[in-house]
Order: sequence, then structure tokens, then C-alpha cells
Amino acid sequence: MRFGVTVFPGTNCEMDTYHAIREVIGEQADYVWHQDRDLSGFDAIVIAGGFSYGDYLRTGAIARYSPVMESIAEFADKGGLVLGICNGFQILTEAGLLPGALQRNAHLQFRCGWTHLRVENADTPFTSAARKGQVLKIPVNHGEGNYFVDPETLAELNANNQVLFRYTTPSGDATPEASPNGSVENIAGIINKAGNVAGMMPHPERAVESILGSEDGRYLFVSMVEYLTGRASRV
Amino acid sequence: MLFKAEVKVSLKKGVLDPQGSAVEGAVKSLGYTNIPQVRIGKFIEVWVEADSQEGAEAEVKELGKKILTNPIMETFTFTVAPSTDKLVQSTGATEQASKTGVQ
Repeated sequence: MRFGVTVFPGTNCEMDTYHAIREVIGEQADYVWHQDRDLSGFDAIVIAGGFSYGDYLRTGAIARYSPVMESIAEFADKGGLVLGICNGFQILTEAGLLPGALQRNAHLQFRCGWTHLRVENADTPFTSAARKGQVLKIPVNHGEGNYFVDPETLAELNANNQVLFRYTTPSGDATPEASPNGSVENIAGIINKAGNVAGMMPHPERAVESILGSEDGRYLFVSMVEYLTGRASRV
Repeated sequence: MLFKAEVKVSLKKGVLDPQGSAVEGAVKSLGYTNIPQVRIGKFIEVWVEADSQEGAEAEVKELGKKILTNPIMETFTFTVAPSTDKLVQSTGATEQASKTGVQ
């Protein structure tokens, strides 16, 4: 299993992601520079977090037109697994690979801290190692994670089970206070209709070792490995 | 021929504007009771080399849809006029960043 981890000017979570995949999950990973077009040899792509192009214009708006994004769109079109984390989620919505948009946090504050996510759909390549309803402890780190989507698309997302995670209390209640950013219906992560492109604001790569407070981020990577290799492994 | 476009980007009606609400709150706390709402958008200047006014307009419209706005939450209007501005060459921050490479 070989993961590609994208790097744009301003990306700053690529090393954590690389570490999580190689050292913790035990799979191969390589950086993919934003000018690269060749994704052959990769089984999955992770668009790592950060502030691509300084978040100028809109978050993800400039990165979305990088050469590598054309290749990622083709990769996704062929069914390849793509996970966008934080800025990666913003880039995927700007690119139209995921519905909706990420707006400034409702309270205007940058939020860096632990959140609890309820798994809403455990029947995807990104969440299959977890249980539906399970609450994962994974941190956020963003100023623009306020998920916005028009009511029609929201209804569609819910009807198709495309909401992957909602922000909840530790016991799993999706209260407004549990959300760090004011997202519509506490949405923290979604998946596309085809089920191979996912985006989430929280950072699973920062929650893969107990010494750092949580190992729950492993569920994401382990699920992807299981899906791609067809073999079950333990989180 | 050089044209200058002025592009005004606004949030769509119904899209929450946390920045606008914050400014609105400040305005109200200053004692302006006659300001029911404030919303914040963007103003973008774009210079275009084109053969005609129509050509420049078409190009700006395309840019507006493609990159200057996110059609999910924003709309835009623009004007285009011939320009005699002397433009200073920018150093191209993006270009420099892409040369840095990854270690």
C-alpha cells in the first residue's frame, strides 16, 4: 500500500501525515509536490492540511488549480481513494470533488483543540474499521471549518448517507456547543456520492499515538488500508 | 489594449456572514441605531490585455466564475474600462514558492 501525501506551498501537516502512515500504520508513503502530475504507483492520496497559498482569496481556491489537482481529479474519477484533511477538505470542495464550502468559523475564532466526532456512516472505505455511532476523539486546528451547504444539497447528503462525522459531546450528542465552528448540522466530514473521496476538518494524523492523547485517528488510515488490501487489521 | 476590471464579490443572500455580523455589532455598539445590517464582501482589481471591451468582459466573467468566487456561497458583479495605468511587474510570490521545492 502506497499513500501519496500532497504538498502545496503553505502545507504544514504533510510530515505528521507521513509519520502516521509510515511509522504508526506501517504502510508506505511519499510526498507528492503540487507540480507533479504522475500519480502512478499510489493506492491512495491524502491531501494534507495547512494553509496552501496562505489561504489567499479563499481557502483552497488557488491550490485547487495546481497541476496535481488535475491528476487527483482523474485518480478520483477512476475510483482511487482520496482523503482531504482540513485544508485538504477545503481544496476538495473548491475543486468541486466534494459538495459545499468551508466558511469562516461562526465565532470568528481560530480553534485548536480536541473535538469528539460521531461516526455517522461506518460503511465507507474511510470508516469501516469503526462502528456507526462510535465517538472518536480527534483534534481540530482551523479558522475556516464552518461547513456550509444549501438546503437541497444537505437533504441529498443526508439521504445518501454522505455525512461521515458530526461534532458531538464526548457522549455523542450533536449539540451546538459541541461544534467548534458553527457547521451546518454539526458536520465535520463528508464523502462523495461515489464513496471514494472524503473530506474532514479534524486531523486524524494528529491522533494516532496514545502519548499524544488519542489513537482514534488510526481508524481512518486503517479503514483505507483494509479497503485497499482486503485484509482486516486492528486499529 | 489594456483594460481594468473592478470585480465586486458578495456573499449570497442567506449565507451567514460572521465578519459582517461582528462589524454590525460594533457599529451598533457605537450608537448607530439606524444600521440594521452589515455584510462584507471583496473588491478585486484585474487588469486584462484584450483586443476589445467585449473580449475583456468575457474574460473577466470567466475568471469570476472560475476562481475569483466560489459560486456555492458568493456572487459577483463587475465593470470593465480601458486603462492607461502603468503596471509595476509583480515578483510572483506563487512562482517563487513553487521553486522552493520540498526537502
